Amino acid sequence: MSAHILTRSLDRAATAFVLIVAAVGILIPLSNLLLPQGSFLQVPTYLVALWGKYVCYAILALSIDLIWGYCGILSLGHGAFFALGGYAMGMYLMRQIGSRGVYGNPLLPDFMVFLNWDKLPWYWYGFDMFPFAALMVLLVPGLLAFCFGWLAFRSRVTGVYLSIITQAMTYALLLAFFRNDFGFGGNNGLTDFKDILGFNVQADGTRATLFALSCLALIIGFLICRAIVTSKLGKVLIAVRDAESRTRFLGYRVESYKLFVFTLSACMAGVAGALYVPQVGIINPSEFAPGNSIEAVIWVAVGGRGTLVGAALGAVVVNYAKTFFTSGPLAPYWLFMLGALFILVTLLLPKGIVGTFNSWWEPWRAQRVAAAESAAREDGITEPNPAE
Amino acid sequence: MFGHFLDRFRAIVLSVLLISCFALPAFAGTFEDAVGKFANDEFSDTEEAIEAVASSGNPLAFPIISALQEERLSADPESKKVFITQADGKIIDAATGAAVDKLPDNAASVRLNNRLRRTVEAALGSLTLLSPDPAKRVAAAQSVFKSHDENALPVVEGALAKETDKAAKEAFTEARAAIILFKSDASDNDKLEAVSVIKSRGDQEALALLTSAGPDQPPLVAQAITGAIASIQSNLAMWSAVQNAWYGLSLGSVLLLAAIGLAITFGVMGVINMAHGEMVMLGAYTTFVVQEVIRTRYPGLFDYSLLIAVPLAFLVAGGIGVLIERSIIRFLYGRPLETLLATWGLSLVLQQAVRTVFGPTNREVGNPSWMSGAFELGQITITYNRLWILCFTLAVFVILLAMLRFTTLGLEMRAVTQNRRMAASMGIATSRVDALTFGLGSGIAGIAGVALSQIDNVSPNLGQSYIIDSFMVVVFGGVGNLWGTLVGAFTLGIANKFLEPVAGAVLGKIAILVLIILFIQKRPRGLFALKGRAVEA
Repeated sequence: MSAHILTRSLDRAATAFVLIVAAVGILIPLSNLLLPQGSFLQVPTYLVALWGKYVCYAILALSIDLIWGYCGILSLGHGAFFALGGYAMGMYLMRQIGSRGVYGNPLLPDFMVFLNWDKLPWYWYGFDMFPFAALMVLLVPGLLAFCFGWLAFRSRVTGVYLSIITQAMTYALLLAFFRNDFGFGGNNGLTDFKDILGFNVQADGTRATLFALSCLALIIGFLICRAIVTSKLGKVLIAVRDAESRTRFLGYRVESYKLFVFTLSACMAGVAGALYVPQVGIINPSEFAPGNSIEAVIWVAVGGRGTLVGAALGAVVVNYAKTFFTSGPLAPYWLFMLGALFILVTLLLPKGIVGTFNSWWEPWRAQRVAAAESAAREDGITEPNPAE
Repeated sequence: MFGHFLDRFRAIVLSVLLISCFALPAFAGTFEDAVGKFANDEFSDTEEAIEAVASSGNPLAFPIISALQEERLSADPESKKVFITQADGKIIDAATGAAVDKLPDNAASVRLNNRLRRTVEAALGSLTLLSPDPAKRVAAAQSVFKSHDENALPVVEGALAKETDKAAKEAFTEARAAIILFKSDASDNDKLEAVSVIKSRGDQEALALLTSAGPDQPPLVAQAITGAIASIQSNLAMWSAVQNAWYGLSLGSVLLLAAIGLAITFGVMGVINMAHGEMVMLGAYTTFVVQEVIRTRYPGLFDYSLLIAVPLAFLVAGGIGVLIERSIIRFLYGRPLETLLATWGLSLVLQQAVRTVFGPTNREVGNPSWMSGAFELGQITITYNRLWILCFTLAVFVILLAMLRFTTLGLEMRAVTQNRRMAASMGIATSRVDALTFGLGSGIAGIAGVALSQIDNVSPNLGQSYIIDSFMVVVFGGVGNLWGTLVGAFTLGIANKFLEPVAGAVLGKIAILVLIILFIQKRPRGLFALKGRAVEA
């Protein structure tokens, strides 16, 4: 019974998902590092970084699915948590540059020297240490989500109101981070990273490792979400999603459940952002743009809301399509396609890819199981049926 | 502070002089010849020189002739060079304005006789304060007010006695007061009177003048000055509050215009229309197209372009709104979050469509003549376009309110809002009402676009910049209540403008967003919430 939570939470699709992500996370870095350049099976480094980006988006999508798919909280500001995690990691990477910056200041990042600042702002202290930065990656988005959620859920701000104020939250952060005197690099953001934990961020080995770590984070995140949604807690969350008032009348403290899952989800988004930044090489305020957060929601909708696997799948599929179309001659039409995707998915495919697939697959499987059972019964080895 | 100002003033004057010397060599040539005549030491030549200099339009003319009047103008008969000894003892070359170390040994001041003195006075008057153009007289008086040059007193007093124009008379009175305040031998009573005149002027310049006049005044006058400074400061603070309030009203009217359509679709139908901003954009582009057609075909109609654009924008945006409702939104009733996503997608499509048709750059939309310009009200400037937008917004609001109250459609809309199923049972075609309501909301957004095209850039991103603000207004004001939207818009507008000078534009905006997020905690349904069972729906 020791692996109880894991075994119970892993059905066939989930097992397949974990295995596929693990295989991708191991094989792609290996092929990138071990096979000779130009070989047919060798994955070029730029693709490793690109797919690493998709995996980070998948983690973000997972975190949104946890709250939207299972608890009915539509956050249009999850990009903010993602970006905050990214900024925490970016600050660590900035401090690692040391005296190798353009101005060669051992303490201050270039943009502060440029702004004539003479000392490091207090909120930059500690970010030269990786463990502290890693803690902040979880703590900063988590704390913001906790405060925001505590205020919002306690006063029963629900539905579209919540969506709108989460959007206002990320918009306010967008405006704040655009300011130079805020101390996060203004609209240029943080960039020109040199190394992470002593390894060069540009090196193939580092990129491959980061990719593998992102896949690992996706698997861990998936297992955590899976464990939550299949537990009793998950049942309450689904009850909140479907009938919030009724759940409250049954005696559950709805706001505590929502707050827990919202904060956890924000931490996950923060981790996704932290893994995203070293692979992309830059973090700037445009990550806070409300449009980004809404786009992340549509990944979940495309993949299938409330399926977890679907969220990750949707993130990869939509972003792959985005890369494919925006880099080709069809670039001017990408926004048409994205817009149409929003409309068509909500109108025609409300369950998303995975949800729709399940609704076709499940009846067929149930039929097959029933057929097998009846065949077994004819063989005379049927179990005793209490109903008969 | 004031000394610094004077220095800068001198520097500006000097640079203007230098520029004019270089820029107008031909002019400078004749001007130099005229100035040179002062050195001939002949009364007839001096008279000619006075007239030539006075009519030259050269900025040095006034200093030269006033120096002549006070016998500070000296000439070297040999080199034919003429010099001005300024009040502070510095010496400049009268022909070029260049500074000179010391007067040549044989330089003598230019002599005058009684007839010439009259010529000089006339020339001085014609130069500035006695110009036939009242606007010029006011400007001259203003500059005297700033320089409070004692030498100008007789001319100012003379001009004041003759003055008939009201504005010029006031300007002269103030200039005279400024001179007397700084005049060391003026009596206390005169000075007190001067202080009260300057106090009644009550603007920033009066404040600067009084502040610099503060030291070494008789105690009685100093006291009056302190009182006057305090009164002007409180006066200015009041005006700056009035100005903030006006800016706030103006911003509030823009917000109201952008949000009022949203209040209908969101408030009445419960539909989150993220493409609302794009309806505003479509309205703005309709204005652009109307103006383009007018520019190329009927240039005479340009002043009526907005009047033509308003109904067209209503029809375009409203028609597209009905289309959207029939083709997308009606399938999503009761699923507000999905509606939000679908309309967001729609907004992307509309933006990109406009970008494809009209290009990604800003489009030029002109102001009709009756909307350009500004007027002064006390210490603040009010631009006509802002004023018209405020009036227009209020008109739209009133018409909308009347429509909801007095028309059949309004009655049906209210019925559907209050109880959809009951309304349907009473024979109201709810789906038709939904389509018309959505069309109405979108049409009003289109009208908003016409107004916003006058003050904002017409680009495909126009709507994006208003959508979050509009939602804030509706959420803050409360859903389903137009009065809530009105109060919400003006409250946010005014609060924003009062925070701006304190916190800066961006921080002020952030503060407003944070305050709204906190406010929602206290009143999750906004200022004017619907009461009763409808709330839990």
